Amino acid sequence: MTRCVDAIVVGGGIHGCSTALHLCLAGLKPVLIEKDYAGRHASGVNAGGVRQLARHIPEIPLSIRSMGIWEKIRDLLDDDCSFESHGQVLVAENEEELSVCRARVAELNALGFTHEELIDATELRRLVPAVAESCPGGVVSRRDGAANPAQTTTAFRRRAGQLGATVREGVAASNIRYSDGLWHVDVGTETFAAPVLVNAAGAWAGKIAAALGEPVPVETVAPMLMITSRVPHFIDPVVILRGRKLSFKQFSNGTVLIGGGHLATPDQDRNETVLDWKSLAISARTVFKLFPVMRSATIVRAWAGIEAKMKDDIPVFGPSSRHKGLYHQFGFSLHGFQLGPGAGAVMAELIVNGGTQTRVGDLGIDRFHPTTL
Amino acid sequence: MTVAPKREAYDVVVIGAGPAGLAAAATSAEAGLSTLLLDENIGPGGQVFRAISSTPVTDRNQLGADYWVGADLVQALRTTSAEVIHRATVWSLDRNLEIAVSVGGASAFVKAQRVILATGALERPFPIPGWTLPGVMTAGAAQTMLKSSALVPDGRTVIAGQGPLLWLLAAQILRLGGRIDRILDTTERGNYFAALPHAFAFLTSPYFTKGLAMMREVKAKVQVVSGVTELSAAGEGQLASVSYVAGGKRDTIPADLLLLHQGVVPNVNLAMSAGVEHRWDDLQLCWSPVLDASGNSSVAGIAIAGDGAGIGGANAAVVRGRIAARAAVEALVPAAAAKLPSMTALRTDLARAERGRVFLDTLFRPAPQFRIPSGDTIVCRCEEVTAKDVLDSVAIGATGPNQLKAYRRTGMGPCQGRLCGLTVTELMAQARGKTPQEIGYYRLRAPVKPITLAELAAVPKSEADVKAVVRG
Repeated sequence: MTRCVDAIVVGGGIHGCSTALHLCLAGLKPVLIEKDYAGRHASGVNAGGVRQLARHIPEIPLSIRSMGIWEKIRDLLDDDCSFESHGQVLVAENEEELSVCRARVAELNALGFTHEELIDATELRRLVPAVAESCPGGVVSRRDGAANPAQTTTAFRRRAGQLGATVREGVAASNIRYSDGLWHVDVGTETFAAPVLVNAAGAWAGKIAAALGEPVPVETVAPMLMITSRVPHFIDPVVILRGRKLSFKQFSNGTVLIGGGHLATPDQDRNETVLDWKSLAISARTVFKLFPVMRSATIVRAWAGIEAKMKDDIPVFGPSSRHKGLYHQFGFSLHGFQLGPGAGAVMAELIVNGGTQTRVGDLGIDRFHPTTL
Repeated sequence: MTVAPKREAYDVVVIGAGPAGLAAAATSAEAGLSTLLLDENIGPGGQVFRAISSTPVTDRNQLGADYWVGADLVQALRTTSAEVIHRATVWSLDRNLEIAVSVGGASAFVKAQRVILATGALERPFPIPGWTLPGVMTAGAAQTMLKSSALVPDGRTVIAGQGPLLWLLAAQILRLGGRIDRILDTTERGNYFAALPHAFAFLTSPYFTKGLAMMREVKAKVQVVSGVTELSAAGEGQLASVSYVAGGKRDTIPADLLLLHQGVVPNVNLAMSAGVEHRWDDLQLCWSPVLDASGNSSVAGIAIAGDGAGIGGANAAVVRGRIAARAAVEALVPAAAAKLPSMTALRTDLARAERGRVFLDTLFRPAPQFRIPSGDTIVCRCEEVTAKDVLDSVAIGATGPNQLKAYRRTGMGPCQGRLCGLTVTELMAQARGKTPQEIGYYRLRAPVKPITLAELAAVPKSEADVKAVVRG
């Protein structure tokens, strides 16, 4: 039997869950379909960075919109998501890197964005006392921070359910088709139909888009992370490096998360990743050099989440260029977590109002397909 | 003196030098395969033959004849060309058969064509009120001290739980002049009836006469309370007393040391982190790897032998080690298998060694109240999560151990679930009215044992890095 709903959201990552929640807030009754469970992949196991810093310019408006939601996340979700705002700092390791930072901040200022601020060695040392003496400065985004990704994605899913979304976990959406003015999707023995379909299937979204005639240049990647046992508190902000692949964050319980984008080998069909310890060793060497305090810490776990990376490193976000009622929300290319809350809000506006005040036009799928409608 | 592996690649790498690993490595090397045996302890033997080459206990009767069988296995291995490295902690194994091992504070990577996991067993968690107090320890830990250092308890000592190892330990402590004030036997009365249909196989197995003699020996010297249905430890910062209920009557006795044991379960951590498929074993109440008759797992090239393949005891472990090694030889150098005992002969040996196991598993199946805690009893020691905390999380939507991490940090501490995993699975299964198989287990990842950042930073650079540097 086919059950009619207002919207079908495929994918229970932070994006799908946020969109489902915001559709509920707008008075719609969506169904959220997740083949595993909400937050099983990249959304639940990423570094948890809530970062406006160092973003591609086309996604900055969405990031700023999202930041406003993060700062009131408890009001929205009735859960603090362990969100903490101690800023994010990009460290320049030499003068050359610092001059790139200077140019970047000037470019943003010229466009009217003021969230990134150039800092000198003194301010860098004040924010990150443990950093190596040789670093001459960097950039700070003071409102940035970090949250617990699994807790956050789970909280979005839970709130969406409380507000009326139907949630189906553990069964994949299949047989996606459009007929009689409605999108139809099978979920096990059930079939859902709705005028709106949101493709938020993360690493699996490229296949859905391609099957619907909108292939895009996307690959599946699995960025690796590792976490240490508890060490005495020594750092507040999240630190990323300008010149090397490293991100670094100490949680309030003392554990330290080390990431930065070295990749594991994903096995999408098995939901597995094979770690590359020789690349993780590069991260370990960088931390060893920059944060001597970390040398005796023990690594208790390393992992990688499976996600989609676009060729141009910016997401596919907005209406389909071919089909009525189809919307894409995927390809966040290793930096989608912070965007989740805002992207859900904007997607709901696009669906319900047909437009939004937030500038997202540069993220559309039509950048790969000239509109043919 | 411990040194890093001599080569970067081996035909067969065996992990763990207990009975299964010793037998597997000897078989593989004897057939001419390049063989590396990696073991975490300072000498061969695993837990059952711990310190077999170095124990200060010289009176053979004190540890029992079965213990000294280990010496023959060690001797057999020493006549082969197998490379053996002790104090070697394998911290990663993946489906490409890449192994990361820490030896003497430095890590190396080796590649294998076949990996035989012989990682043995772990003691089942025994989460009763007060189990995390200083003064409460596992029987296995006590046995480690006894075998390697001839240390036995001299304070007021209570042993609680069930299973063959509990009686063995009690006998060993008494023979070495240690003190045991009381044994609290938690075997469920109903289990005796359930086990009855399997009794004939047991009566004709080697376990029977030895087990009976050992229980008699212990009961002659120590007060044994059977039918214990409730158990708790108490004290202010240190164990002071043990309370129990038996036959509906509560008793509290002062104690300095409480040794807990309710059987062993396969040590699945390395296998699970490599992606090997496991299934819930409803008789042994634990996760066991899915294996074919030769011990091959769902990951091509990884076989599992010994108690890590499902609890079978030391005799079965030796045979399973030989079977897994023979299968590796057949796969890599079929001609060399001719000089090994045939698979048919080995399988007959295995059937004999496993005789009586179902009886023991049924009789010593731990009671629910000792596996599934309630209220304020700690489940996850690392993050101090109680049974009530877990149930509260289930009530607001946590569906399994991995999802639970989003609510509580269970399994995310230094032990990565090694101590709480089974408890969490069974507790959540009971709360949700599902089977443990449906509830699942933590996704385990490397490092399976923690390594320091400094050690990881010091690993040899990959070829690609070196080339990049050469190119400038």
